Amino acid sequence: MAQAYSAGLTVTESITLRKERILPLKGQVLVKKGDKVKAQDLVAQTLLPGKVVPFNLSNKLGVPADQVKNYVRVTEGNDIKKGDVIAQTKGIFGLFKNTVKSPITGEIENISKITGQMLLREPRIPVQIKAFIDGIIVDIIPEEGVVIENRSAYVQGIFGIGGETYGKIKILVKNPQDTINKDDIDESCKGMICVCGALVDYDTIKKAQQVGVSALITGGIDDNDLKKLLGYNIGVAITGHEDIGISIICTEGFGNIKMAENTFNLLKKFEGKDASCHGKTQIRAGVMRPEIIVSLDFKEDELSVEAPKSSTLEIGGRIRIIRQPNFGEIGKITALPEELTMVESETLVRILEAQLDNGEKIVIPRANVEVIEE
Amino acid sequence: MDQELRRIIATDCGSTTTKAILIEYVDGEFRQTVRGEAPTTVEAPLNDVTRGVINAVTEMQELARIKYNNPDILLTDGDKLIIPREGDKGADAYVSTSSAGGGLQMMVTGVVAKMTGESAERAALGAGAIVMDLIASNDKRPNYTKIERIRQLRPDMILMAGGVDGGTTKHVAEMAELVGAANPRPRLGSSYKLPIIYAGNVDAREIIKETLGEKVGLIITDNLRPSLESENLGPARDKIHDIFLEHVMQQAPGYNKLMKWTVGPINGKLENISIMPTPAAVGNIMQTIARRNDIEVLGVDIGGATTDVFSVFTPEHIFNRTVSANLGMSYSISNVLATAGIKDIIRWVPFPIDESELLNMIKNKMIRPTTIPQKLEELVLEQAIAKEALRYAFIQHKEFAVALKGAQRQRGIDEAFSQSTSGDTVVNMMTLDLLVGSGGVLSHAPRRHQGVMMMIDAFLPEGITRLAVDSIFMMPHLGVLAEISEKAATEVFDKDCIIYLGSCVAPVGKCKPGKIALSVEIKLPDGTLFQEDIPFGEVRLLPCPLGQKAKAILKPKSGLDIGEGKNQEITAELHGGVVGIVLDTRGRQPFVIPEDSEERVKVLKKWMRELKAYPESILN
Repeated sequence: MAQAYSAGLTVTESITLRKERILPLKGQVLVKKGDKVKAQDLVAQTLLPGKVVPFNLSNKLGVPADQVKNYVRVTEGNDIKKGDVIAQTKGIFGLFKNTVKSPITGEIENISKITGQMLLREPRIPVQIKAFIDGIIVDIIPEEGVVIENRSAYVQGIFGIGGETYGKIKILVKNPQDTINKDDIDESCKGMICVCGALVDYDTIKKAQQVGVSALITGGIDDNDLKKLLGYNIGVAITGHEDIGISIICTEGFGNIKMAENTFNLLKKFEGKDASCHGKTQIRAGVMRPEIIVSLDFKEDELSVEAPKSSTLEIGGRIRIIRQPNFGEIGKITALPEELTMVESETLVRILEAQLDNGEKIVIPRANVEVIEE
Repeated sequence: MDQELRRIIATDCGSTTTKAILIEYVDGEFRQTVRGEAPTTVEAPLNDVTRGVINAVTEMQELARIKYNNPDILLTDGDKLIIPREGDKGADAYVSTSSAGGGLQMMVTGVVAKMTGESAERAALGAGAIVMDLIASNDKRPNYTKIERIRQLRPDMILMAGGVDGGTTKHVAEMAELVGAANPRPRLGSSYKLPIIYAGNVDAREIIKETLGEKVGLIITDNLRPSLESENLGPARDKIHDIFLEHVMQQAPGYNKLMKWTVGPINGKLENISIMPTPAAVGNIMQTIARRNDIEVLGVDIGGATTDVFSVFTPEHIFNRTVSANLGMSYSISNVLATAGIKDIIRWVPFPIDESELLNMIKNKMIRPTTIPQKLEELVLEQAIAKEALRYAFIQHKEFAVALKGAQRQRGIDEAFSQSTSGDTVVNMMTLDLLVGSGGVLSHAPRRHQGVMMMIDAFLPEGITRLAVDSIFMMPHLGVLAEISEKAATEVFDKDCIIYLGSCVAPVGKCKPGKIALSVEIKLPDGTLFQEDIPFGEVRLLPCPLGQKAKAILKPKSGLDIGEGKNQEITAELHGGVVGIVLDTRGRQPFVIPEDSEERVKVLKKWMRELKAYPESILN
């Protein structure tokens, strides 16, 4: 077998990027096809339904469920304010009336004659969607959102936390294997996307939070530090919703791992440029990886979305090792034997032979490498 | 029809890997001949499950060419599978199961959580779903929390139960109002209404139609709990299957194409064969084993994201399935750590390990789920984690696999003073006949001995229990294959799928270390006689080949019990297997591992060495 499929992360200096920016519920699209937008421009907005508050009217009135309708003073869809009378019994000779007032401001969603329950809904919550990248609106999905295209320098991370954020890229280390400490973060980092080398520790992240750094890009993070930072252990990798005032993107994984040279060099090349990034990660069911995007100047005729291709292992191809031993090392494939081979753990697997950049020759399970696209 | 089948391709599109097997009619019988696998491709940039299928089948095709030294064998033309077959080119049928994209995710509702709620959960689980939440009128959460939860979850479908036929309709109506208020949307795609199956009190059907009819895709079927004493899960399960195929699968990337690919000859014509949820297919096979041999079976399938436990217990063959949705060996590996805690994982590791290194290793496996342990130490660590994942999945299964709650039972005088009530678990490890393991970490363990060790340590079988593994994880494939050819499925199951590892003999109880726990006299098939007074806290492994039996006289001592009561001797035939007979006197109820780390490492090494679980290099 001369080649085999192997998933990898995308790191590229120029790519036609296509981003769907979709509202969580139907709403209003604020731009039109052909518009040029900046990353932080609003493109769509909607109002999310407010919280539903069930209210047992039958109990409050002290009447059977099927009679509730006789005493209700409002109808479904009515706006109400907290304290408004929503139902009242007739009382005896006009006295001893039982009055029920609304516990919230909002609207009447539903009045049930079967259960005697009233559903009240709190006011709607506005949600706005930004463009996230500089680009051109190439498609409108009516009432739902837009599709934006541009040319971008693009880096996919392996894992991250925190939502979408923006800032200029600032490199804090000389080499991708270097690490920083909290003293390397100062006021000049405020609002920046800081590239930190092989590891950021807890104290450095805390300092970055204090200073107001937009995002930290790092080769690795220690799991203990992550747990301390979030206050809980991430059980299943669905992230991006953390509200910690900063986004963190790991390009390699957990532990002290040198950032891949091409990732580091690419970020370095764009130092000082505006970038968008997020830490949203979802490993299963609709995979999502963190992204760092530098929007480039482009002409519209340059936009052509390349057909997705699967990375393949080929002799001479560059690979990155993604598990111990030699985790993080880069090498070149020298052979792709077909037979199953026993590795140290006695597992019989399909392997490849490679020469690492430091000259060492290795045999490694094919499952433990990523293809580096060049 | 079987005569028309000479070569069958079967795949299981798992959340991590797509596994393909080739089944061929060779020398008058069906055999599994070649297998291939490739990463599942339901994610960007490929977003098409069929790509992974083609990759796995292509690997299989190349291996088949090598095996038969025949370069003309062709299973795929690069873009699709070749069906029907012409000579060496193509296959006669293609069947598939799927759990990719997170499988079938459901929410269920009931009136009383432990009664109709639990019955609804059983129906959903039996149909192969993951139950994201059970919402019941009496589950103590305030109504607004329930509404928020329903809205957040975004399941593939909802199963609503509630009320026995003729009972009150008020609570069912209330639940429908909550669901209606939440206005739930389906997980995949917004082009269709969320399917909701109503399988509750027949008298509430009109109310349900009135409340939900406009808002959701409402399907009404028979009440799954028509009376407190009976369950009728079949109709609800069938509806779940229909909707799974009609709606859910249609939305997953590439499944539209895949659903057209799965075909086989029926009455001389190529007909479509439905894709089955993986767990439903495994459940099919487990029940077949129990029925055919009239035995009690416990099966486990540990995957990357979830762990399923299946059991068939009691003479009535009561079937139960549970899914531990967040216990698995790749995507969910970090959740095993969160559930069990680092200490309970480390207690299975026979060497000192830096905690922070272990934590980072676990997280790296989570974010790169398809990698495999190359270093021996990492294999040992993954197997330690697997024991805890299995153990917790089994705890959850025992809590769920219970007799119907709320049912009136007639009691004999002998039961009048016992603690037994409706709602007791039906899982009885002492009467269990066969424990079957499946899933990568068990099926692909480099040594079969490791499978034995993991299953014994996690499930703690009692008395005499036969152990087996699914050789290369093909139970799902055979479960769906049985739909077109039971003959092919059962022949392959017996000859190629199941591998009997041997038997485990474990007395229940505890005594002081060093005291005699079990006296054995075992006549092995080769004529040798093994006799020993085995002290408490030991493990012995006796060779007894596959297909052979050893005659044993087993005398528990020091108050231990092997099935007939304390210190009661039994005579038994012990089945052999590729590993042999394990005599385990480490105690049950409780089973204890020393707290002191030096002492713990010492006994672990002793047990592992005796079981031949790992090379000496790591046990020295």
